[in-house]
Amino acid sequence: MTVFGHEMKRGRLALIIWTIGIASMIIVCMVLYPEMKKQMDGVSEMFSNMGGFTAAFGMDQVNFGEVMGFYAVECGNILGLGGAFYAALLGITALSKEEKDHTAEFLLTHPISRLQITMEKWGACVMQLLLMNGIIAAVSVASFAAIGEEMQGKTFWLLHLAFLVMQLEVMSVCFGISAFLKGSAMGTGIGIATILYFLNIIRNISDKAEGLKYVTPFAYADASDIVAEAAVDEKLLMIGILYGIVGILVAILYYRKKDISV
Amino acid sequence: MNAIISTENLTKYYGKSRGIIDLNLDVKEGEIFGFIGPNGAGKSTTMRVLLGLVSPTSGSAEVFGKQVGRQQKEILSRIGYLPSEAMFYSGMRVAEVLKLSAKLYGKNCEQRRKDLCERFALDEKRKISELSLGNRKKVAIVSAFQHDPELLILDEPTSGLDPLMQKEFFDLVEECHKKGRSVLLSSHVLSEVQQHCGRAAILREGRLIACSSVEQLAGKQCRKVEIKTRDKIGGLEGIRRMETTGQRVSFLYEGDMSKLLKVLNQIDVQDLIISEPELEEVFLHYYEKGGVQA
Repeated sequence: MTVFGHEMKRGRLALIIWTIGIASMIIVCMVLYPEMKKQMDGVSEMFSNMGGFTAAFGMDQVNFGEVMGFYAVECGNILGLGGAFYAALLGITALSKEEKDHTAEFLLTHPISRLQITMEKWGACVMQLLLMNGIIAAVSVASFAAIGEEMQGKTFWLLHLAFLVMQLEVMSVCFGISAFLKGSAMGTGIGIATILYFLNIIRNISDKAEGLKYVTPFAYADASDIVAEAAVDEKLLMIGILYGIVGILVAILYYRKKDISV
Repeated sequence: MNAIISTENLTKYYGKSRGIIDLNLDVKEGEIFGFIGPNGAGKSTTMRVLLGLVSPTSGSAEVFGKQVGRQQKEILSRIGYLPSEAMFYSGMRVAEVLKLSAKLYGKNCEQRRKDLCERFALDEKRKISELSLGNRKKVAIVSAFQHDPELLILDEPTSGLDPLMQKEFFDLVEECHKKGRSVLLSSHVLSEVQQHCGRAAILREGRLIACSSVEQLAGKQCRKVEIKTRDKIGGLEGIRRMETTGQRVSFLYEGDMSKLLKVLNQIDVQDLIISEPELEEVFLHYYEKGGVQA
């Protein structure tokens, strides 16, 4: 578990920053909610009548005037997008950074198999996502209590579970791509996460783009869908998990025989 | 003695560009084996294949009698590798990197690590990112030697080290050699190879063009002759690398000494030096003549 420990240590600062960043933005939104609620009667109507814009962010499905509806839209964007960025960066740099920083030569000339390195690195990415989501969920629960609003437990946990699976999928797919890369990969990672996010927005706006739900994990992790139906689309979730598994397998198979450049 | 490294028609292409071609090599247990050749000759590529960093295009290689690529983990656990350009995790400190390395070998090298750091005047508390090229090299040296491996693969080990540290380094290599460790050492500093290696191989454009004892490579019978004369030297066989600058004539001579003296007797010699040639001079000959065997 040496590589796992090493990776956790190296990722510590990024984990702390992303966790604090996302958690504090959720806290700020939640603290603002009681104030907004008072003025919400008219606003809610307005938000749900903005046509394409309303659909894009799923505000046609949830009531912005209710705390879970509000949480879904806010949280869906903050944790959804932020978490996906973090997950993409974790995955895309996992293997490629060794070659970019020229440390692959050091690591791979030690008696440890490529398979083990791949698995331990992936394991460290999973652990970092679990930690971030765990802390953020805890902070969210506390913030519901702090503003004295009732949390719908099942919906809340479904929401967070969907986000976690979505992040694991994004991370694992990027992890697979990471095996092929040699240089700086951050841009690729951010790009992938952004494209997937906008694919879901397109899907929300246009009926013709419904098929995109099989591509982007933001479809099953669409907060307003989950809150409106109090359920997660299991079929899409399974497809997402499958993509993730493909990502890891590709990484293992390609990295096993990869020529490491100087 | 057993062969500790042996390769059979080992070939590596990076896409279309050549790495090494049909390399047949035997390094025996307990010897210091030199690897000579200019940049891009394939020295590092050979080492990288042995270490499993790149897989061969064709041919095969064995280290400790184990197949490279198949039993790589077993092989690597008994090797210490010193890369020509050592890079480490920049956020870490020297001691952390060295401890990580020891942990990956599954060995406790605490004492030896401290001894080596002291010997090479390496401050373990410093951050990797603050280190100069020479100091990074020292970290690499400690990392390659601290677990006392059976085989040392050293890729241009002295580049970036000051002369004092170079000496310290070769003292260390000699100590390991005395303990029976095997060493594969690449260099384009030929005096290093001449001084420390028993046998050596010369690589050119990916091919092995000569492999034998260092004495043989240097040409035991070969002498360097420098003459100051106004006359022309003729009628002598076994001369190569003849160079004339003004009145000074120099060449390498391989043959009967009395014949040389007879020829010299016939001309007006103002000054004469006959010496053992440097490996360097013989080495250049391999390049010029397209790899004629010694």
